[in-house]
Formats: sequence, structure tokens, C-alpha cells
Amino acid sequence: MTHKTPLYDEHIADGGKIVDFAGWDMPINYGSQIEEHNHVRTDAGMFDVSHMTVVDLTGERTREYLRYLLANNVDRLRESGKALYSCMLNEQGGVIDDLIVYYFRDDFFRMVVNAGTRARDLAWLEQQSVDFSVTVTERPELAMIAVQGPKARARTLPLLRESVREAAAALKPFYGVFDGEWFIARTGYTGEDGFEIILPAEEAAEFWVRLRAAGVHPTGLGARDTLRLEAGMNLYGSDMDENVSPLESALAWTVAWEPAERDFIGRKALERQRAEGAGRKLVGLVLEDRGVLRNHQLVKTGSGEGEITSGSFSPTLQRAIAFARVPQDTGDHCQVDVRGRLLNARVVKPPFVRNGKARIEL
Amino acid sequence: MSNIPVELKYAKSHEWARHNDDGTVTVGISDNAQDQLGDMVYVELPEAGQTVTAAEACAVVESVKAASDVYTPVSGEVVEVNEALSDAPEKVNQDAYGDGWLFRVQPSDASELDALMNGDAYAEFLAAEAH
Repeated sequence: MTHKTPLYDEHIADGGKIVDFAGWDMPINYGSQIEEHNHVRTDAGMFDVSHMTVVDLTGERTREYLRYLLANNVDRLRESGKALYSCMLNEQGGVIDDLIVYYFRDDFFRMVVNAGTRARDLAWLEQQSVDFSVTVTERPELAMIAVQGPKARARTLPLLRESVREAAAALKPFYGVFDGEWFIARTGYTGEDGFEIILPAEEAAEFWVRLRAAGVHPTGLGARDTLRLEAGMNLYGSDMDENVSPLESALAWTVAWEPAERDFIGRKALERQRAEGAGRKLVGLVLEDRGVLRNHQLVKTGSGEGEITSGSFSPTLQRAIAFARVPQDTGDHCQVDVRGRLLNARVVKPPFVRNGKARIEL
Repeated sequence: MSNIPVELKYAKSHEWARHNDDGTVTVGISDNAQDQLGDMVYVELPEAGQTVTAAEACAVVESVKAASDVYTPVSGEVVEVNEALSDAPEKVNQDAYGDGWLFRVQPSDASELDALMNGDAYAEFLAAEAH
């Protein structure tokens, strides 16, 4: 039995092709994934991300709890509404999930975690909360819509209540603002400007319809995947999981080593790995021969073998691109086993595309 | 509803075959197949002159979503491939039975076509597959 988001009927009305994603009936596309992708790069698209899990964390010691729970440091959050991207690690330094946490008050933070890891995340949050008397409250009665693209904010702002319009227009990247039960944040997963809007489930369909009338195109999970891949953003479960650390996942920038006295779950294991050197790293690949890179294809380098963790065709670059986990000292070139043929690929540093522009040479 | 021209023959693996007046057979994938696969981004075709065997994979169509083998419905020698798909694989989506054709075979045994489904049978096959 799969779950349906509050926007399910809208997806059907919009001609969405429905697939099972982490137990949810979600639209993979509404006709053409490439058109949807390009529309987000050039104008504005909207994604139903209501399957994601919103969790409110409350209690006097919430900041202290998060300081211990997350590899990134919530002490970087001092202004109300500010967001932080972080990994949540196990004791071995493996990634339990990646998430966004918003700060409002020292006794109130909000977290958005992945749908596929929901049960495990909630159990972990609960287990760790005991020592800090933090209350973990899932918010399944909320829906979430991401509006992304160079015109996303301009198309969305007039549809917001007047009470919040000015504040929403003034949001800097990675900040959010409340409007009653609505929460509007300038965040996303596409490499474009835009908003992620958390709102009551019963108001979601009406807002979706108004966004569509304002020229924002429904965009499926297929385009969401190619957009985030171009943007150099990891996907949990494909690019990292409990068996790899952030250091092996191109996420070292999200690990706050300072201050050295801050203890966080997984710190000792990460420090050991940092001292010894992680054996593997996550890099970007651009295919130089003709073909398409796909998840799990074998990568051959001068330093040993690796594997593609996310591969696809980049609609913006018109080339196959990928993330691959390869030996640490991999050079500028490698080969990929594509359906039995060894094709040449160049090793690059993501992102491939940001704000509609290619960020790597072709 | 899928577009299924009645004058063509269809394989269970969703290729279509057109028996041309000159005896050759043109092969492509059905409208239903292109719709299921989504936007095409790469097509790998056999070489002209290559010998192919019925029901064996001899081409690959790749969409943003996945790669899919194409099985030739008839044995014989490939006499022509649709070179235009190299730069415009989207023709398979836009015109699966026309500009989106894949290759043309000089069949070694044209009676292999009799084993394929006609349009009505393919429509029934699709309806059954959907349930």
C-alpha cells in the first residue's frame, strides 16, 4: 500500500506518470522530463516534495542536542529562519541521512529529512533526544512544494499572503520565514533560485493550481534528479549511505571540525579517516565518447576501480554526466564500462551547471 | 491511447516491422514503447552489412530514464540504418513509425513476419500487459 501526497489528484489531472518512490505514489514526469528540466533552468517549475519528512524539535536544550547530533555545527545558525545543510552520522562516521535544519529559537528548530529514511531517522532522533529532553514531533499534516528556476520567486511572490510577501521577497539564500502555518524558504535542490514552501496539506492543492496558473510548470521526480545531478548535489541512498562517510562523498565541506572540543556522533571515526586519508572520493565525470552513464557502472582508473553512484544524460550540457566513487589518487581521466564497452570519461569537480550556466568546459 | 498502425507487424518486445515493396523490412519501436521509455537521448544502431538474427538484440535505445535493447523481429542483413538519430534521437519520440525508424533488414526468411502480431493483436497484448 503506497502513500499519496495531498497533491496526488493534481498530478493525475496534470497527466503525471506515477511511480512508487520510497513507498509514495509520485509523478516521474508529466510528459517530457527534458522539457520539464529545461523549463526549470530557464523559467520556473514546481515539485511536489510532500513525501519528505518535516520534523519539529523543541525543548530548552535543542541547540545542544543538534550540536551533538549533526556533523555540521548548528552554532552557525544565529539568525531566526537561517538554514543549514548537514549529514547525520552513525558512530562509524557513516551517513544516516542528509538534511536541512532551520533555526527559529534556541528551543525550536525544524528539520526536513528524506522520505526513504523516515522511519530510521525518526527512531534515531528519538533515541538521541532522551539525554537532552528534546521533543521530536513529525508534521505529516504539512505539505511541501518547491518552486525553482530563474523566474520562480517572481512568479510565486504575488501568490503569497500580503502579510509575508515583503519578508519573503527580502529573504537571502538559505533563509526562511513563517507566515502562520506556512513556511517559505529560499532553498532548493536544482541549482536555481527559488523557494521551498511548507504549508498545511489542505491548502496545498489550491496553491498548486494558482502556481500553475502563474506559469509555473509541474515538474516530476525525473527532472528533479537530472537537475540536482547537474547542480552537483548528492542523493541519499545513491551517492552516500550508512557505509560511507561524508569525506568519501564530496561532503567534507559540511563537516564542522572547529571548535575541536565540540563532540558529535561520528567525530572520532571521521578524525581517524581524516588522519589516515579516506581511500575513496566522490568526483564528477563527463563522458567524452557517445553513450549514457548510469548508476552502478564500473569505472576503471589508473589507481584502481570505482563505481558510478548517479549517472544520467545532462539536458543542459547535452552530454552524459555522473558522480563516481573512485580511488583517492584518481587523475583527470578514467574509463567507464558502458554495456560492455569501455568509454572515455573526464574527471571534473561538480557542479556541472549552476543558475542555468555550464560550470565545466566541454 | 497508443497509436498502433494496422498495416504494421509487432513483436512482444515492442518493435514494429514494415514489409516494404522492395522486400526489405523496416524496424522501429512502437509508440507505446517510446512513451514508456520517455525522452530519448541516445540510440546505438547496428552496422549496415551486419547479419542479425530474429529475437536477438542488435540496437539500444536510451532515454533519460533507462537503456533498452531492441530485438530485430526478422533475421537477415542490415541494409540501412537511420543515421539521423545520431544527432536527433528525439525523432523516436516524435515519430516512432516514421522518422524515428531504426534500421532496415533484407530478410533471409520473410515468413518470420508471420509469427508477429498484427495491430489488433498488439493492442490486445498491450491491454493485457497493463493489467
